[in-house]
Amino acid sequence: MSNMQELIIKKATDLLTDNTVDRVIGWKKGEFVFDPSPAIFNSVDELKDFVYNPFCGANLSKYLIAECKKGGKIAVFLKACDTYSFNQLLTEKRIKKEMIVPVLVQCDGMLDISKIKTEETGAVLDVKDDGDKITVVSPYGDKVIAKADALLVKCETCKGFANVDGAEKIEVGESTLPQGDRFDMVKKLEAMSEEERFAFWKGELSKCIRCNACRNVCPACSCTKCVFDNVNSGVESKANADSVEEQMFHIIRAFHVTGRCTDCGECSRVCPQHIPLHLINRKFIKDANTLYGEYQAGEVVDSKTPLTSYTEKDLDPTVAVNTEGVRNA
Amino acid sequence: MLKIKTDKLNELYSRIAESEALYLPINKANAANYDEWTSEAEVSLTTLKTVKSPKDLFFPQTQDMMRFKTEGKNISIIDVRSPEQPFVLMGVKACDFKAFEVLDRVFLSDPVDTYYKAKRDAGTIVTLACGKPEESCFCKVFGIDATSPMGDVTTWICGDELFWQPNTEKGKALTERVKDLFAEGDDAAVKEQQQKTKEIIEKLPFSNLDLSYFEENGVNDIFNRPEWQDLSEGCLACGTCTFVCPTCQCFDVKDYKTNKGVIRYRCWDSCMYSDFTQMSHGNNRTTQMQRYRQRFMHKLKYYPENNDGLYSCVGCGRCVNKCPQRLNIVKVAKTLGGKK
Amino acid sequence: MNTESLIPVVGVITDVRRDTPDVKTFRVVTPDGKKPFDHLPGQCAMVSIPGVGESMFSITSSPTNTEFMEFSIKKCGCVTEVIHSLEVGQQITVRGPYGRNFPVEEDLKGKDLVFVAGGIGLAPLRSVINYVRHYRNNYGKVAIVYGARSSADLVDIEEIKNEWMNEKDFDVYLTIDREEAEWDKHVGFVPSYVKEVGLNPNATALLCGPPIMIKFTLQALLELGFKKEKVYTTLELKMKCGVGKCGRCNVGSKYVCKDGPVFRMDEIDELTGEY
Repeated sequence: MSNMQELIIKKATDLLTDNTVDRVIGWKKGEFVFDPSPAIFNSVDELKDFVYNPFCGANLSKYLIAECKKGGKIAVFLKACDTYSFNQLLTEKRIKKEMIVPVLVQCDGMLDISKIKTEETGAVLDVKDDGDKITVVSPYGDKVIAKADALLVKCETCKGFANVDGAEKIEVGESTLPQGDRFDMVKKLEAMSEEERFAFWKGELSKCIRCNACRNVCPACSCTKCVFDNVNSGVESKANADSVEEQMFHIIRAFHVTGRCTDCGECSRVCPQHIPLHLINRKFIKDANTLYGEYQAGEVVDSKTPLTSYTEKDLDPTVAVNTEGVRNA
Repeated sequence: MLKIKTDKLNELYSRIAESEALYLPINKANAANYDEWTSEAEVSLTTLKTVKSPKDLFFPQTQDMMRFKTEGKNISIIDVRSPEQPFVLMGVKACDFKAFEVLDRVFLSDPVDTYYKAKRDAGTIVTLACGKPEESCFCKVFGIDATSPMGDVTTWICGDELFWQPNTEKGKALTERVKDLFAEGDDAAVKEQQQKTKEIIEKLPFSNLDLSYFEENGVNDIFNRPEWQDLSEGCLACGTCTFVCPTCQCFDVKDYKTNKGVIRYRCWDSCMYSDFTQMSHGNNRTTQMQRYRQRFMHKLKYYPENNDGLYSCVGCGRCVNKCPQRLNIVKVAKTLGGKK
Repeated sequence: MNTESLIPVVGVITDVRRDTPDVKTFRVVTPDGKKPFDHLPGQCAMVSIPGVGESMFSITSSPTNTEFMEFSIKKCGCVTEVIHSLEVGQQITVRGPYGRNFPVEEDLKGKDLVFVAGGIGLAPLRSVINYVRHYRNNYGKVAIVYGARSSADLVDIEEIKNEWMNEKDFDVYLTIDREEAEWDKHVGFVPSYVKEVGLNPNATALLCGPPIMIKFTLQALLELGFKKEKVYTTLELKMKCGVGKCGRCNVGSKYVCKDGPVFRMDEIDELTGEY
């Protein structure tokens, strides 16, 4: 990965030096190995703080919305999952293709510090990447754990790269990404009884503190003014007024991004309470696949999303069906 | 000093809960937060950082304040409060306890916020010394001793024993009700743990974070630093840092129409939100840089200016851990304080 | 006084006066006919309509008026829009008084005074002007420069013409932005008019109006030789509590609700500029 970092910094240096771009969106090193932040690099000098390591889980594509408004040319580094968000933002005309130089970067799965730091490890001062294993450095004693156990939820299954028109790809060797069934947990939830499922979601959603991190990080949540921020909407709320309200917020949000959600997993990555929000989106993706045919948002730029296009095979919206597409009795 | 075996803590909880509601860190759906104890609760007393701080026991995330009944052109205002029932808050760490002082200076200064005060008066606080501080902790910077927090009662968990030391009248009263569950013990184990923990704290990377820049420079000098732009660039404008923060106290007041009239409630608000300062005819903080700067200026400069130099940060490190993009007060302090 | 800082009292609207196309003045008393609370000139109150919201308004009436309280309110947002639809007899809620007043009993006493207002900016100054009229012998000469977009936008014009213009040692200068057929007074913007009327630069000035007017009027006053230490204005920011706790109306470490809304110009220079 450190080799990747060198290659990426070299690429960024070249792009800035020959004025191909005015600035670069990347990850900036933090206080530790595990806390890089998304950042804008305006000069080669600033690239000394550029970092690319297994903790660069943040999807940079949404920053392009703001950057495109500022003018100039922008380079952005995209991991596999991020490419879908990028394409989807192009499809939705939120970002301008001609202003952006996308560079694809190999990713071997990003890590979740909250899975690494447990009550047992206590303080974590460093995390060393040893291939399949990672060494957690702690004043309370070092610990070696399997990398697979420390992956971000979104990296437990990987879609691979989407085709990004004209993008260069930086890679070193084969990447090793888990290829499991991303609907596994959704299927488990579907198999639960209604009561169990309700209890599961009530437990999870009652933790919500309405910080809006899930919404604000979501590349599909790109409304200029969110309905939940609009004082005149009648549903404006920044507080968890009661438990029903949190469920409303997340379900409405999931509905709103259905067909456009690329399953980038940022919502679950950023949730301070570790609510598995991606499962709501995945459920809707799975249902839409069943009802309207297989579709992956962001796979192809300008593809029509299942809920914004009409085909004669579409279900009659006045007829209620269950999620297998079977008409309800 | 009194002591009790940790495997008997459930008896202690159950005894306290007989007469008062007991709140302590409880694991629910893979997250520890302060919640009311029940016999089924999965207590996690030693959790260093609950996701939310215990501040919502005194300053709830949402709180009904009053109800309005309207009949024709007439309005009646109904105070919806019932008297606060006494409660016990247990497992509070030194940083979170210090945060109550920060909140007190806001809510208990003239005019006193009676909603906050009533809850504050009703609560008995049992603190727990930290035995395993982590890398994001920096309470030492604010003169806090994580190994001997105050509160009505101070506790320490050493090995399989919890040590119990009442400090105040409230604490003594609580102790009287549970005393028979405890044995007498000396403070040797506590002293040993304190020593060990202090050694660890010395080694933590942020323990000697230098804030002198904020003391030595004026508001405008800090405010006008160009670095704010870069520092805030990655900010998502979410409210995570403010909502997990034990000292953030900004609130909104809103009306909610119900079939029993209009409820006026207050709820946590965040200076990170775009509508925080939005008026119908203008907004004095239109960019995220300004909002981001406001938060840290408030913690490190404005609040201390108004409160005898007391910082509105206790070094709990929640924002360090929880910011989705890992922007935080330590990065701000280092960037502004480190290089001119 | 009400000891609950966030719980208001009920007020009844006993009179509604339309001042301009978008400004109305509301007279408010308690249900038993009294003034809701005492205040000092420049102080504010939180007025609310349950279910709509609560907003901060300056109290337009003079403290010397012991019968009732008046608010001149411009229609510009959700709350004010609904307030404008209210009729006599309607109850609302009020709480206050909030904030720092103009120093009528300290720095202003015995001084010549210059008031400069634009549009609805007259609202907080009206309270001071009428206070000064009430205690006329305590103050020196008074000059008032008041401007608005058009003659129809001049607030309290009846009171200005019938009372202020007849007051001893009161010079009132009115101006509107553009020519009008029936208008026989000055035409032009307030900041330039301020330079023409021959103000005494040793006087203490009180400014209130839109930010752009304040900015250029202050420049004009400084050119005339006024000292920043003797120029007062008011700031206005979003407020929810009014008592320095909800955390949003700060400019630097000052809260407009409790450290303001009245500030001296030299004090404003010390602030961060975020207003």
